Amino acid sequence: MNKDLFIAFFRAGMLGYGGGLSAIPLMQREVVNRYKWMDDDEFSDVLALSNALPGPINTKLSGYIGWRVNGWSGMLMCLLATVLPTAVLMILLLTLLNAFKDKPFVQGMAKGVIPIAGVMIGVMALDFLKKSGLGLGWKLTIGLAAASVILIELLGIHPAIVIAVLIGSAFLPWNKWKGAK
Amino acid sequence: MLTLYWQLFVSHLTANLLGYGGGPATIPLLQHEVVDRHGWMTNGEFSEIVALGNGLPGPIATKMSAYIGYDVAGIPGAIIATFASVAPSLIMMLALLGILMKYKESPQVKRLTKVVRPTIAVLLGVMTYDFFFDSFTAAGWIHTVILIVAGYILLEVRKVSPTYVVIGALLYGAIFLGG
Repeated sequence: MNKDLFIAFFRAGMLGYGGGLSAIPLMQREVVNRYKWMDDDEFSDVLALSNALPGPINTKLSGYIGWRVNGWSGMLMCLLATVLPTAVLMILLLTLLNAFKDKPFVQGMAKGVIPIAGVMIGVMALDFLKKSGLGLGWKLTIGLAAASVILIELLGIHPAIVIAVLIGSAFLPWNKWKGAK
Repeated sequence: MLTLYWQLFVSHLTANLLGYGGGPATIPLLQHEVVDRHGWMTNGEFSEIVALGNGLPGPIATKMSAYIGYDVAGIPGAIIATFASVAPSLIMMLALLGILMKYKESPQVKRLTKVVRPTIAVLLGVMTYDFFFDSFTAAGWIHTVILIVAGYILLEVRKVSPTYVVIGALLYGAIFLGG
C-alpha cells in the first residue's frame, strides 16, 4: 500500500511543473481514477479543506490522503514522495551553480534568470490581483492594496502583521460591507 | 547554531502560516524574512531560487524552504525549514478536520483567502520590481528588457514549460552576460 502511495504522489509531483497547483489534477487522476482511494466528491472536499488553511496546498493534500489511506506511515510516505525528490534536485542544482560562482559564464547565468524570476512573480501578482478583484470587488481590492503599500512599504510594518490583522478581520460581521459594494 | 535553527524554523513557520493562497502566497513572506529581515541571502540569490524552483517539478514552497534551510545551516537546516513549512498546516488540517468539514463553505472561511489576496498581490508586485531593478543594475537595461519580453511571451502567450524558459535564460546569461 505504501509503495502505491509513494509511486502515485511521486508521479504527480514530478510531472506537475510550475508550482503546486499544476500537480492537483495529476493527483486527482492518481487518487481517484487510477487507485480509487477516493471518489471525485471526496477529493474536492479535501481540496476545499486545504484551501481553507494557509500554507502549501500540495503537502496538505498528499499528507492528508496518505493518512486517510494508510495512517501515519501512509502520510509520511506521501509527504516524502511529494517533497523529497524535488528538494534534493533543487539543492544539487543550486549547490552546483554556487560551486562555480567564480566563473564568468556562471555569473552570467545567475544574471540571466533574475528577470525571468521577475516575470514569474509578476504573473503571480497579476493573478492574485485579478482573483481578488473578482472575489472582493475592485473598489475593496484597490483600497486594500493601497493600504498595504502604505503600511508595508512606506511605514515599514512587517507584512506578517498586516496579514494577521486581515485574517482576523475575516471573522468580523461583514454584512455592512455588502451594502457598500 | 541553535539560534540559527530557531530563526529558520520561526521564519518558515510564519511565512507558511500566513501565506493564504498556497505556495505562491508564501514566497513574498519568505523573501521578507530571508532577505530583508535576516539577510541570509541577496535578492539576486533569492531570484535564482524562484526561477529554478519554478523550472523544477513539484511544490514550490517546500523546494524553496529546503534549499534556503540547506544554504543557511546544512542538511539539518533543510529538514527544519521544510518541516516548518509542511507540518503546521497539515497538523491543523488533521486536528480541525471536523470543524473544517462543517464550515468549509462558510462565508468567514471563504473570506480568509479573499481578504489577504490584495496584500499578497502587492508583496508579489514589489518583489517583481525588486527583481527587475536588480537585473537592470546587474545586466543593463537592454538585456533586462529582452529577457522580460521574451520570458513573458514564452511563458504566458506561448505557454512554454517554465523548465525550458529557465534553461534558455541560463544559456542566454552564460553567452551574453558572462563578460
